[in-house]
Amino acid sequence: MTAHINIEQTLNDMRDRLRELLALRGIEQPCMVGIHTGGLWIARRLHKQLSIDEPLGALNISFYRDDFSRIGMHPQVKPSNLPFDVEGRHIILVDDVLYTGRTIRAALNILFDYGRPTSVILATLVDRGGRELPIQADVVGQHMNLTTAQQVKLSGPTNLALTVHTDGD
Amino acid sequence: MAIDTLQQDASGKLRHFLTIEGLSRSLLSEILNLAESFLTVDEQHVKKVPLLRGKTIANLFFESSTRTRTTFELAAKRLSADVLNINIQTSATSKGESLLDMLHNLEAMHCDMFIVRHADSGAAHFIARHVAPHVSVINAGDGSHAHPTQGMLDMFTIRRHKGADFNRLRVAIIGDVMHSRVARSQIHALNILGVGELRVIAPKTLVPAAAHALGVHVYHDMARGLADVDVVIMLRLQRERMRGALIPSGSEYFQLYGLNEEMLGLAKADAIVMHPGPINRGIEMDSAVADGKQSVILEQVSNGIAVRMAVMAMCLGRAAEGESA
Repeated sequence: MTAHINIEQTLNDMRDRLRELLALRGIEQPCMVGIHTGGLWIARRLHKQLSIDEPLGALNISFYRDDFSRIGMHPQVKPSNLPFDVEGRHIILVDDVLYTGRTIRAALNILFDYGRPTSVILATLVDRGGRELPIQADVVGQHMNLTTAQQVKLSGPTNLALTVHTDGD
Repeated sequence: MAIDTLQQDASGKLRHFLTIEGLSRSLLSEILNLAESFLTVDEQHVKKVPLLRGKTIANLFFESSTRTRTTFELAAKRLSADVLNINIQTSATSKGESLLDMLHNLEAMHCDMFIVRHADSGAAHFIARHVAPHVSVINAGDGSHAHPTQGMLDMFTIRRHKGADFNRLRVAIIGDVMHSRVARSQIHALNILGVGELRVIAPKTLVPAAAHALGVHVYHDMARGLADVDVVIMLRLQRERMRGALIPSGSEYFQLYGLNEEMLGLAKADAIVMHPGPINRGIEMDSAVADGKQSVILEQVSNGIAVRMAVMAMCLGRAAEGESA
């Protein structure tokens, strides 16, 4: 089932709210980091729309997952790439879907292994509820109320679209 | 291709890493791709990822080696595993304890992986056949048989310089192929990855009789063999493994098979020079070549860490039975 969400409009809203938040906090030179793969697609758009000077960073959390010993090594792991020094910077961390919070926990760990950022703002396209850790986003594009049997997935990168899939469909 | 049931589980995933022979091109590519991702760990302030936290890895070096043991240890530590370095010379085997007793004791201490270096061919296979099901074994060199992680780090180094299409490449391996487990692993890997042409350049006494069966072109003349090659791999002269007079003397060997700048000039202008170390300067190659701009010898050492991380993660990161990713 395709979710009836206007992604372009949602991205514009996220851009505006990020601008407000940055102004409120007096942040002038933020860095942006997207989480592979869907988060990176969203980050690419927001990075451009916000005209951020520093090149976009990409994080792969495969080496930081908390379920490695259970499900093993993913065969296709793309490298992380942070083309700036994290130390002392304000970071906008971007992901597509916020669910349990485990991905964000892993992403924060990686960031701190590269240095000590001054602050981290979390922006996600979707917050679908179901948190298992005390992690919240600062900017959310869409709130969705989904059951554990439902999965939301972003497809892209050219035509971004959200689909909701129910187990057993 | 039939799956090697000792090295790979039913789904083809690596259980042990004992030899490159018999593995598929896609599995080798998977190792190389994963190693590429692990290279970025070097850029972190904290040069560590938590992947193997809580795992214990034992280095069992029955034959001494500084570089290989150190890079395995670094690889394990960068994956957050705990590392035991067992000094075999001073440990129980010299008190008459059998190898299997020692292994079972290490298993009882809940080790998850053994890194094995041994002077006898087949030692790592023997150990792999006798360990508990959850334990993985990585061969860090067995006699003159195989040194698969060295072979893979060499492929990784070649790929980083020459691209992933091995079909375009002409590679020459020079020196003591007879005694070299490194050469054997390199030859298997290059063949699996589909190398364009593979040459071996060595005196007749240092070429194994079955070399042709491995799909290599044998040259005894350095100048002819080096013509137009993309990759020059020098081997160490393994004098400790030679019985009898296979070469006349170090200086005479250097005259005929040593790599100097003039000889290197016969290879392609952008050819890279590799050596598994440790180098016998003035016997296998001139210092001007070893330290020259075409040399990638120190890169091989750094790449060895990433490749060993990849193999360790793949062996210990097999999905548990019955669970899907």
